[in-house]
Amino acid sequence: MEEEKREKGVILLDFWVSPFSQRLKIAMDEKNVEFECIEEDIPNNKSQLLLKSNPVYKKIPVLIHDGKPICESMVILRYIDEVWPHQAPLLPSDPYSRAIASFWADFIDKKVYDLGTKIWMRSGEVQETAKQELLAVMKTLEGELGEKEFFGGDVFGFVDITLVPFYAWFHAYEIFAKFSFEEECPKIVAWAKRCMQRDSVCKALPEPKKVYEYLLDLKATYNLY
Amino acid sequence: MAREKGVVLLDFWVSPFGQRVRIALAEKGVDYEYKEQDLFNKSEHLLKSNPVYKKIPVLLHDGKPICESLIIVQYIDEVWSDKAPLLPDEPLARANARFWADFIDKKVYECGTRLWKLKGEEQEAAKKEFVEIFKLLQGELGDRKFFGGETFGFLDLALVPFVAWFYAYETFAKFSMDEECPKIVAWAKRCMERESVSKTLSDPNKVYEFVLFLKEKFGVEY
Repeated sequence: MEEEKREKGVILLDFWVSPFSQRLKIAMDEKNVEFECIEEDIPNNKSQLLLKSNPVYKKIPVLIHDGKPICESMVILRYIDEVWPHQAPLLPSDPYSRAIASFWADFIDKKVYDLGTKIWMRSGEVQETAKQELLAVMKTLEGELGEKEFFGGDVFGFVDITLVPFYAWFHAYEIFAKFSFEEECPKIVAWAKRCMQRDSVCKALPEPKKVYEYLLDLKATYNLY
Repeated sequence: MAREKGVVLLDFWVSPFGQRVRIALAEKGVDYEYKEQDLFNKSEHLLKSNPVYKKIPVLLHDGKPICESLIIVQYIDEVWSDKAPLLPDEPLARANARFWADFIDKKVYECGTRLWKLKGEEQEAAKKEFVEIFKLLQGELGDRKFFGGETFGFLDLALVPFVAWFYAYETFAKFSMDEECPKIVAWAKRCMERESVSKTLSDPNKVYEFVLFLKEKFGVEY
């Protein structure tokens, strides 16, 4: 049986606007991990490499480490933290704190993107309900954040990385559903601004204006008004 | 605040998610108090322990709650690390186990629910999807004894509680898992040779009766 030659190094199959991809860029930057970013043409022209590396979901991000693919951003995030544990550990060391961090990251992963999608894609009652639900999610997260600098406490970590890429989408959500995150959940906005002071975060996040324009394009393409 | 020492599990007898936790605790030989919850009349204790989702299972360790079954299982694996390791050691193998456990979480219960809730074409579509899900899992299992390889582990316990629901799904949607995914059925039998699994999983007939009860309660014609 022929052994597949495995390319050494770290490759990230990416799409510029994806908040899921950005989680990984932030994590690897925090850990000074060198990686090569390959931009995929989503959704219409996915590369053979992507389809081969993620046959189950055919989605980005995919991390390819020494030729071996890992899929699903939260799984990849844990992998990155385990393979490069010494610099900028993302999860705390005691099991209970790790479970709590995992819980909140999972909560964010389950809720934010889908509600946000309803906000930009839909209108009327569906949009309004999604807005109310997203604000409720943010208020719950504000409660968890409390007076801490980051969700991880003094240290920027796992939960912060899971949530912060959505900050680039706030502007778009605000325009589509006519509200203000600053008014409704000022602590989250303040936390996001603190995160943006980190190189890893401000390098990874796209400009909010570009996210808004991307969504306008999508709406036009799919005739969503 | 005075915290009650020990391990308490808030659970519901037929929940496959709760059963994951029970299997993990049994594999590790952890003593715990089981507290059956009435999901149609949720206790203050449950609502206080899981204010975000108000769901079972919830593990309370020395009074501190942990929620979400796979998070609880990983917590158990880390705290009682001296016995029966559930996740493998190596990061890539761990990532693979987490990926497939997440796949199971996203797909199996939701698709299974459509199998007994829906009829006609929609049920047919759900059946096709259900079989596809398990064929993918069968591919991942390959010729191994367990998903964890030689040893029963995280991914095995993430999936095995749903096996008790096969009879109900097969009966309502008219198909046979033995015919469609024989390797999964064989794997399930191997898992059932473990006490932690055989003592935890619900009797398939009782699951079937429970689904009948749900159909009646939520007005679904059968």
